[in-house]
Amino acid sequence: MYKMSTDELRELYRELILDHARSPRHFGKLPEVTHSADGLNPLCGDKLKLYLRIGDDDRIQDAAFEGSGCAISVASASLLTDTIIGMRPTEAQSFAGALIHRLTGKQTNVELGKLRALEGVREFPSRIKCATLAWHAMNSAIRQDKVPASTE
Amino acid sequence: MNQVLSKPPSMQADLAACRRDFPALSLQINGSPLVFLDSAASSQQPNSVIDAVANYHRNSHANVHRGVHTLSHRATEAYEGARDVIAAFIGAGNRSEVIFTSGTTESINLVAQSFCRPMLARGDTILLTHLEHHSNIVPWQLLCDQTGAKLLVTPIDETGSLDLAIFDKQIAGGVSMLAMAHVSNALGTVLPLEHMISRAHEHGVPVLVDGAQAVPHMDVDVKSLDCDFYAFSGHKMFGPTGIGILYARSEHLERMPPYKGGGDMILEVRFDGTTYNELPYKFEAGTPNISGAVGLGAAINYMKSIGMDRIAAHEADLLTYMTQRLSEIPGIRLIGTAKTKASVQSFLLDDIHPHDLGTILDHQGVAIRTGHHCAMPVMEFFGVPGTARASLALYNNRDDIDRLVSSLTKAKEIFG
Ligand SMILES: Cc1ncc(COP(=O)(O)O)c(C=O)c1O
Repeated sequence: MYKMSTDELRELYRELILDHARSPRHFGKLPEVTHSADGLNPLCGDKLKLYLRIGDDDRIQDAAFEGSGCAISVASASLLTDTIIGMRPTEAQSFAGALIHRLTGKQTNVELGKLRALEGVREFPSRIKCATLAWHAMNSAIRQDKVPASTE
Repeated sequence: MNQVLSKPPSMQADLAACRRDFPALSLQINGSPLVFLDSAASSQQPNSVIDAVANYHRNSHANVHRGVHTLSHRATEAYEGARDVIAAFIGAGNRSEVIFTSGTTESINLVAQSFCRPMLARGDTILLTHLEHHSNIVPWQLLCDQTGAKLLVTPIDETGSLDLAIFDKQIAGGVSMLAMAHVSNALGTVLPLEHMISRAHEHGVPVLVDGAQAVPHMDVDVKSLDCDFYAFSGHKMFGPTGIGILYARSEHLERMPPYKGGGDMILEVRFDGTTYNELPYKFEAGTPNISGAVGLGAAINYMKSIGMDRIAAHEADLLTYMTQRLSEIPGIRLIGTAKTKASVQSFLLDDIHPHDLGTILDHQGVAIRTGHHCAMPVMEFFGVPGTARASLALYNNRDDIDRLVSSLTKAKEIFG
């Protein structure tokens, strides 16, 4: 049986992830929210609220989040806000689709940029939901779902 | 449990051999030998339990109480034999006071629906403690919705002990039912049952004890506890999942209507009326979990072969060692520091989220539980979304704790 090295843990908890977990970007409420959604991961108690302001120009003008969660889910939400500001909602959705695809072990042609830092979760199946939670919440905010996005 | 701490240190060596009885404990997890510190969620099974269940399936299975053929007779003997083992183990006066259920959760729901519901009126009060597992909260909330009764909760302090002065006032204030844990699964607090039950009975209040976290760790005698109901689960005491027990005084059982209807719980069925079977069968509708009962009986025989006193002494020694080793780690916050405790320690390390701790430990082969432990009110009291929890059973040893500590040190390194 092969011994998992701590490299995998370092892959999961890359510097970029730890940095975003320690000092999340766009953390807090947003003035003039147009879209919002809750994300719940009942298994580990991650709970976040995602806020978007989508302008008349059909662009995400601003994004922010609040809540508590593990390093992976907080870092993922923080990276999300960094990434989607300026995108069209449809672009953000297809980016989310590609990322979720990638994190669940499939191929994608979409250039994920710094979001590749989340790829370490592929070796930790129980943590994939932490990494995708914010993205599911973003999708439901854009769709204006009535129920919170849940990973279960 | 303090007096047992002074037993000789040979205790440690004494139980070491037990570890070999549990095949799961020689698993390699992520390249390291498993350290299993999650028995409070569900314990591992010894060979004797695994074999008893397999042998039952190989040689003795048929439906119980219904056939004249040999296998049905064997199955009935195995099932009813397990009931005798359980009755003797918990000191029930009578085997008909021992009802097989699917687990603690079902046992509590049975009492709420069958014992309490008929006697409750709008405005009546059910007293719980702040320490309860969700399965000793939600059944009572459902009951409140159904009857208009309301919940009252005895508070805890920052060590995780109950405020007995408040309890004494509450129990004297007109309560219809008291339901409480014997041992808290999130904090390990052992509740002062003797005091609470005698106060409750002074005021004529029936008492249900959720013993899920007590039975695997200490000698439990329902007669000397003098409780009305005692609930526990097979899978937390080295037995199979899907089987549990409700002990109830026969005077209550006789007056309670059946909880579920079906086969086996009847004497005679006619469309104009049905006569129910005698105790305990009135409460066991349908084909039961026969192999689960057999496994639970085997688990109890296993525990008895070691001795509950030795198990309690061994675990008390380990818990002291674990608490001491954990408190030496800089940045640790121990949650649940009551004077009388059993088997579990909840904690947080620096500002590392418990879920991240769980992953890092698992990666090193160390299994702990992380999250709210189905005790969200406890988490809320301590102002945390969850904790990491290491829980002990008879098969753990000091090496396990040393591995826990070194893997926590690794977590600190990673989170810098
Ligand atoms: C104190 C306590 N009560 C009740 C339960 C529920 O037991 P089960 O899920 O076996 O019904 C548990 C299990 O986690 C527990 O720890």
